[in-house]
Amino acid sequence: MILQTSIVIAFAMMSLAMLLNLWRLVRGPDTPDRILALDTLFINTIALLVLGGIHFDSNVYFEAALVLAMMGFIGTAAFCKYLLRGDIIE
Amino acid sequence: MFLVWIILLPLLGAALSPLAAQRGRGVAAWSAGSASGLALALTLWQALPLTADSEAHISWSWIPQLGLNLSLRLDGLALLFVILVLAIGLLVILYAHYYLPKSDRLGRFYALLLLFQTAMLGIVLSDNLLLLLLFWELTSLSSFLLIAYHPHSSEARKGARTSLIVTAAGGLALMAGLLLLGHIAGSFELSTVLASGDRVREHELYFPTLLLILLGAFTKSAQFPLHFWLPKAMAAPTPVSAYLHSATMVKAGVFLLARLFPVLAETEAWFYLVGGVGLTTLLFGAYTALFKHDLKGLLAYSTISHLGLITLLFGLGTPLGAVAGLFHVVNHAIFKASLFMAAGIIDHETGTRDMRRINGLWKYMPYTATLAMVAAAAMAGVPLLNGFLSKEMFFAETVHHEWLGALDWLLPTAATLAGVFSVAYSVRFIHDVFFNGEPINLPRSPREPGHRIRIPVEVLVALCIVVGVMPGQTVRGLLDAAVTGVLGEVPYYSLALWHGFSLPMLMSLVALTGGVVVYVLRYQLFKLHDRWLPRVSSEDLFYRFSRGILRLARRFMQSFDNRSLQRYLAWLIAVAAITAAAPLTNGVILHGGADLMPIDGVSLAAALILAVAAIATVRMRHQRITALIMTSLVGLIVTLTFVHFSAPDLALTQLSVEVVTTILLLLVLYFLPGGERLEISPLRRVRDLLLAGSSGLVVALLAFGVMTRSHTPISEFFLENAKPLGGGSNVVNVILVDFRGFDTLGEITVLAIAAAGIFMLLRGLHLPLPEHGFGRRQWAVDVHPLIMAAVSRPLLPLALLVSLFLLLRGHNAPGGGFIAGLVAGTALILQHLASGLQWTQQRMKRRYFTLIGGGVLLASATGLASLLFGRPFLTSAVLHLELPLIGEVELASAMAFDIGVFLTVVGTVILILENLGRLSTQQSAQPPTEPEEMR
Repeated sequence: MILQTSIVIAFAMMSLAMLLNLWRLVRGPDTPDRILALDTLFINTIALLVLGGIHFDSNVYFEAALVLAMMGFIGTAAFCKYLLRGDIIE
Repeated sequence: MFLVWIILLPLLGAALSPLAAQRGRGVAAWSAGSASGLALALTLWQALPLTADSEAHISWSWIPQLGLNLSLRLDGLALLFVILVLAIGLLVILYAHYYLPKSDRLGRFYALLLLFQTAMLGIVLSDNLLLLLLFWELTSLSSFLLIAYHPHSSEARKGARTSLIVTAAGGLALMAGLLLLGHIAGSFELSTVLASGDRVREHELYFPTLLLILLGAFTKSAQFPLHFWLPKAMAAPTPVSAYLHSATMVKAGVFLLARLFPVLAETEAWFYLVGGVGLTTLLFGAYTALFKHDLKGLLAYSTISHLGLITLLFGLGTPLGAVAGLFHVVNHAIFKASLFMAAGIIDHETGTRDMRRINGLWKYMPYTATLAMVAAAAMAGVPLLNGFLSKEMFFAETVHHEWLGALDWLLPTAATLAGVFSVAYSVRFIHDVFFNGEPINLPRSPREPGHRIRIPVEVLVALCIVVGVMPGQTVRGLLDAAVTGVLGEVPYYSLALWHGFSLPMLMSLVALTGGVVVYVLRYQLFKLHDRWLPRVSSEDLFYRFSRGILRLARRFMQSFDNRSLQRYLAWLIAVAAITAAAPLTNGVILHGGADLMPIDGVSLAAALILAVAAIATVRMRHQRITALIMTSLVGLIVTLTFVHFSAPDLALTQLSVEVVTTILLLLVLYFLPGGERLEISPLRRVRDLLLAGSSGLVVALLAFGVMTRSHTPISEFFLENAKPLGGGSNVVNVILVDFRGFDTLGEITVLAIAAAGIFMLLRGLHLPLPEHGFGRRQWAVDVHPLIMAAVSRPLLPLALLVSLFLLLRGHNAPGGGFIAGLVAGTALILQHLASGLQWTQQRMKRRYFTLIGGGVLLASATGLASLLFGRPFLTSAVLHLELPLIGEVELASAMAFDIGVFLTVVGTVILILENLGRLSTQQSAQPPTEPEEMR
């Protein structure tokens, strides 16, 4: 019971966090800010997925979270490399 | 069965040629020669015991609904042509080996030549009209490729194009004609068609049928006024001219006349059309040939003229005409092929083909000169040579013909006149080239060529003499068989050298003396010709016509296609939205009655983020990188939606594709030109807003309508059958690798082709490097930051493990080859990104094409394997195993298929991204520094 309640609270907090990330993403002001916001959004999504996995008692969420963690990192790395050097594969 | 091998052997030879050529020119020639030689030996061994009225026949059903069967038949007529095609092919293969320059590896040449040989054999052996048509088109195509054998010469390209357009257009007409013929006869089987001659001739569609078929035959056999492609085709290498454009391919049209002779001939329309065109071509070709200064040009027009003669003989419609026509086919092939080869030798030795400059070669190459002179004499119709015999028969036929009534004198007179010109150009060929003073300003000093290049010429010239002296002992048997194939019986005819003093003899004499006189008076004739003859030719008309059509098409396109992507999209979206919205206007109730799901807070937040991100993408499109970040966000939320609504496979795929796309776009963004914003007119803004808004609304409404209705989805079938039929419990994956496996196979093939295409397009391409970074910032000095490299490397084994896991269990739980391939591919690309191209390449074998090709092959092989067990292509087999420790394991054959998909995807992803990444690297001023080695 306590678990369920805390999950619901956590859902609300994660959603709020994501909306705040969105705010940073839209406002910027700079590209690095936006990339950071996107990366944080990815991480919050992972949290959201794990919460979903516990809530719905399903393994599928965890696997998606796993792949998301990996792919999110690669995406962020590519964006950063672009900012640094322009040419991401050199 | 040997009939199939006659066609297959050259085809096999064609496939082997490029391989053989890697081992040297000699090997290539031997392999090509043995392909033709074996086929010839097989023909002689199997076919010669057949008597005149027995024939070999074989038939398989191919597409019975269309009446298309793989039926082959070898009768006398086919036998004659098969021997012609193979024997001359063999000589040409030998000749080409010595004729083409040493730098040519010959693989492509022999492959194309044998491909053509296959097609030609197919035409003459087909016992089905549609099959014949297929091979007919194949000769047009292979001829096109052979004429353009040196594609850097614009003359060759133009010649190839012209010949393809004319003969392919003729092929279309022929197709229509043959379809009509098959319709009238009630079958496309040639045996049936040949038996229904009366029915065809009395049918009301006889005339259009005849016209269309003749159009096909006339374009192929270069009959006036569609002859102009043949002189253009002389841009081909000489062996090709000798083989295709004198001895064999141009005879395909004549062959068709002979083949369909029993069905179509002996009507007035046949006589006037075939005879008329043949006569015109005969005269026109013989006359024009005299005025050609180019050696091959003269031979080309002479070929046109002789083809006209053969056509005329068939056009007469008499049995003896057909006999003479077939006889002349053989004779012309023999002497014209040798003349072309001799012309090739002369071209080779002197460096030019202009007869105004090549003179007096007798002194320099007496042996070749003798050979060429004998062949030219055969062409002129000098007694004791083969050309004389058939020409004499031709003269006799024109004399005895009685269709024209009061105008009966016309035919013999025209024939004699053509004979005069034919002798004149033959004399010109001999006298201008070998005598007539000294050579003028030749690029090369001529001398006798090597012995071996002359062997084919010697063989052919020897045949000219042997046939000319002993026709009865040499060609009579073959000719009788061929005549039986056409007429069903052998009419009485004599091949004697001497028929006593008769009108044909007199005509021959007039032609010989008249020809010499015309030649002596040639300069006056050249002047008259230049002054009085109209300059218009069918060739000019053809080019004007084709240019006109192109201009019309271009104008039509320009009127509504302005090459604007926006406009394409606007039309596409508008049409889609309107057609989709149309049913909604009929008062359909949108809400289908199902209960709506409750809205929870998380979904609401996600929807809000999705909407904001989508709008922000559009708003910030000018800052490309920001727009890209926004699109990533859209992708993320879509993934979340897929996970939440139980589509894990889709979610995983979406996620991986998202990252690969981001990397791809980042690679490309870098090269996009910057520049100021384009102002969009308010009108267009409104248009776009309306389009986007309305189409979005329509899709949303339709989706809502569909989702609120209860219906029986097709997914029921898949859910029930995935396990029993496909051996897996992940329905999505079972559909991909089993139910719709054929589609997947096609898709990975397309993927492989795209990879190859991108590789070729990017090869050798260098793009300039922008000076400044984003927002005028200087580029970072540290090329590969250590921390990034350090974090990326441990990720690789982990990612590969995940990828392997996704691949192996894909058949039963979310995953599969495609997702696994994307995960592995991105993880590998991350190493390129973090540690650089050089570092990664040193540690990774770059055999991407092996990977991609291996994947496609493995997938195909899995599909083919099921054929071995007598099951349809791509049927799954499932194996249940009890393994110690691991427990029960199910091995579906689809697993191998999935591994194929995996390999293809990995290879393609890395290949494309790496090659895009390479674009600027080779140009960067300083070589990319390696990150410090971590120990």
